Amino acid sequence: MERLDVLKTYKIFIGGKFPRTESGRYFKVEDNNGKLLANMCLSSRKDFRNAVVEARKAQKSWQSASALNKGQILYRVAEMLEGRKSQFIAELMMTGLSKQKAKEEVEQSIDRLIYYAGWSDKFQQIFSSVNPVASHHFNFSVLEPMGVVSVISSNESALLGLVSTIVPIIVGGNTCIVLSSENNPMVSISFAEVLNTSDLPHGVVNILTGKRKELIHHFASHMDVNAVSYCGEHDEEIQELEKVSVENLKRVRINRGTNWNEDKSQSPYYIERFQETKTIWHPNEV
Amino acid sequence: MSFPDLSKIPAIDKLGVEERVSRFCKRSIKNAAKKHGLHLALSMIDLTTLEGKDTEEKVKRLCYKAGHLHGSLEGLPNVAAVCVYPNFVRVAKKELEGSGINVASVSTAFPSGQSTLEVKLSDTKFAVEEGADEVDMVISRGKFLSGEYNFVYDEIATVKEVCGKAHLKVILETGELDTLDNVRKASDIAMYAGADFIKTSTGKISPASTMPVTFVMLNAIKDYYKATGIKIGMKPAGGISTAKIALQYLVMLKETLGNDWMNKDLFRFGASSLANDVLMQLEKQESGIYQSVDYFSKD
Repeated sequence: MERLDVLKTYKIFIGGKFPRTESGRYFKVEDNNGKLLANMCLSSRKDFRNAVVEARKAQKSWQSASALNKGQILYRVAEMLEGRKSQFIAELMMTGLSKQKAKEEVEQSIDRLIYYAGWSDKFQQIFSSVNPVASHHFNFSVLEPMGVVSVISSNESALLGLVSTIVPIIVGGNTCIVLSSENNPMVSISFAEVLNTSDLPHGVVNILTGKRKELIHHFASHMDVNAVSYCGEHDEEIQELEKVSVENLKRVRINRGTNWNEDKSQSPYYIERFQETKTIWHPNEV
Repeated sequence: MSFPDLSKIPAIDKLGVEERVSRFCKRSIKNAAKKHGLHLALSMIDLTTLEGKDTEEKVKRLCYKAGHLHGSLEGLPNVAAVCVYPNFVRVAKKELEGSGINVASVSTAFPSGQSTLEVKLSDTKFAVEEGADEVDMVISRGKFLSGEYNFVYDEIATVKEVCGKAHLKVILETGELDTLDNVRKASDIAMYAGADFIKTSTGKISPASTMPVTFVMLNAIKDYYKATGIKIGMKPAGGISTAKIALQYLVMLKETLGNDWMNKDLFRFGASSLANDVLMQLEKQESGIYQSVDYFSKD
């Protein structure tokens, strides 16, 4: 008798668990020939709301984890991804990438994790400063994470784009809720499995699959979200984001047409974009 | 009232209770009904602070909040009562004068209930004299678990006498009673001994209030009503921190005891953080935007 393959049920990733969407809805992902690859969860605003609760819960302790520890965990993520390289290459190839391209994308993603793992205990030093002031104060500025960040991930670069946007966010002590690539969401859920086996505390990264059109408003309007990161070039979406996010003065960071394969798409400035600068005036002569 | 016939108390089917309770959690309550439910939940809240670190200022803040739940949302009810330790009753009473909000006080060596009857009675007497409208007493769980039901019954009855006009809520501390059968037994003893309300927990012990426990107590109230025609109130307390859970409790209340119990005279939530969550949900209903605790008062 011929053996039946056991296919993976792709679910979403919230607070370290893999629930189905509470809405019970799904959408189909097909390959270039129209063959069904998977039914993905069509996440609703309530899934997003639940994810924000988890991200908020996780934020404080993640922020206070030592820089070394954060770096180690990201390094661990890279190790896990390296071990499952072939799976990710196969998954990317299913959705139309050539073998060479897929291999490059996975390897670059691993390298990017290592890159930011290295920055974890260094970025604070290059962005902090002691400021000369004209009074008897010791005046200095340090960075602090913004808090909870919602991320509209790259549509084109499903894995590398995802890694390149969320890793600098979390290495700085933020937690995030990500809407994965609409075209190729499968790989983001497989990446969630990698995250979940890497000692990353639950809730630091939450990944939803679904439609931008439905969710973008809530990603930008939720009062408990401190910043929003956007990948894409859709003017109307960007306008909507910037307009709605004003309500609680969210930081809006747009990655317009960024090519994540390039070397210049990684830099400590990607970490700094999701940090607030705290300046302290400390009286030193009274 | 006399001591209840414990042999007539029905055995509790735990699996059945859990099955029934799980269905209360699946009702879809939207828009106008949700708004109504949230308003109702707000009006039933006993805003509570029962911590060792409580101060007069904290109690004053809480009283202010009880009467001014939100700056811009219109048509909000006040909470039902403010619940404090006996030594803060006078402060709370003064702050809440003329607001229609009751002052509830815990007593009888709350939360453990480990003291002599004499101390418990003077504790209660003090709270009532200070002006408490409602008294939340704890039962002696140790005595109950060792089978001295008469002792528990007599204690409640004596405290009830001291309460005078003040309403008596009897805390069973179900987290320490182990089984649902015990919860049912304790409920009956409390009601027959003269409780006006039965209450699940002190909030100091985990698990605090759960839906199965509350369901068993609601059914005890129903049976007591059938037998005597007297309506006893119910107060789940502890662990009810979100609007969603509160609505599920209200569904359970409606489908178990019916509309007669759907008001603050016969149902209360003992909670400290529930009010904020309900307010956040109401604001979300108004604005369509999910809210953050950053924009609501801290306690």
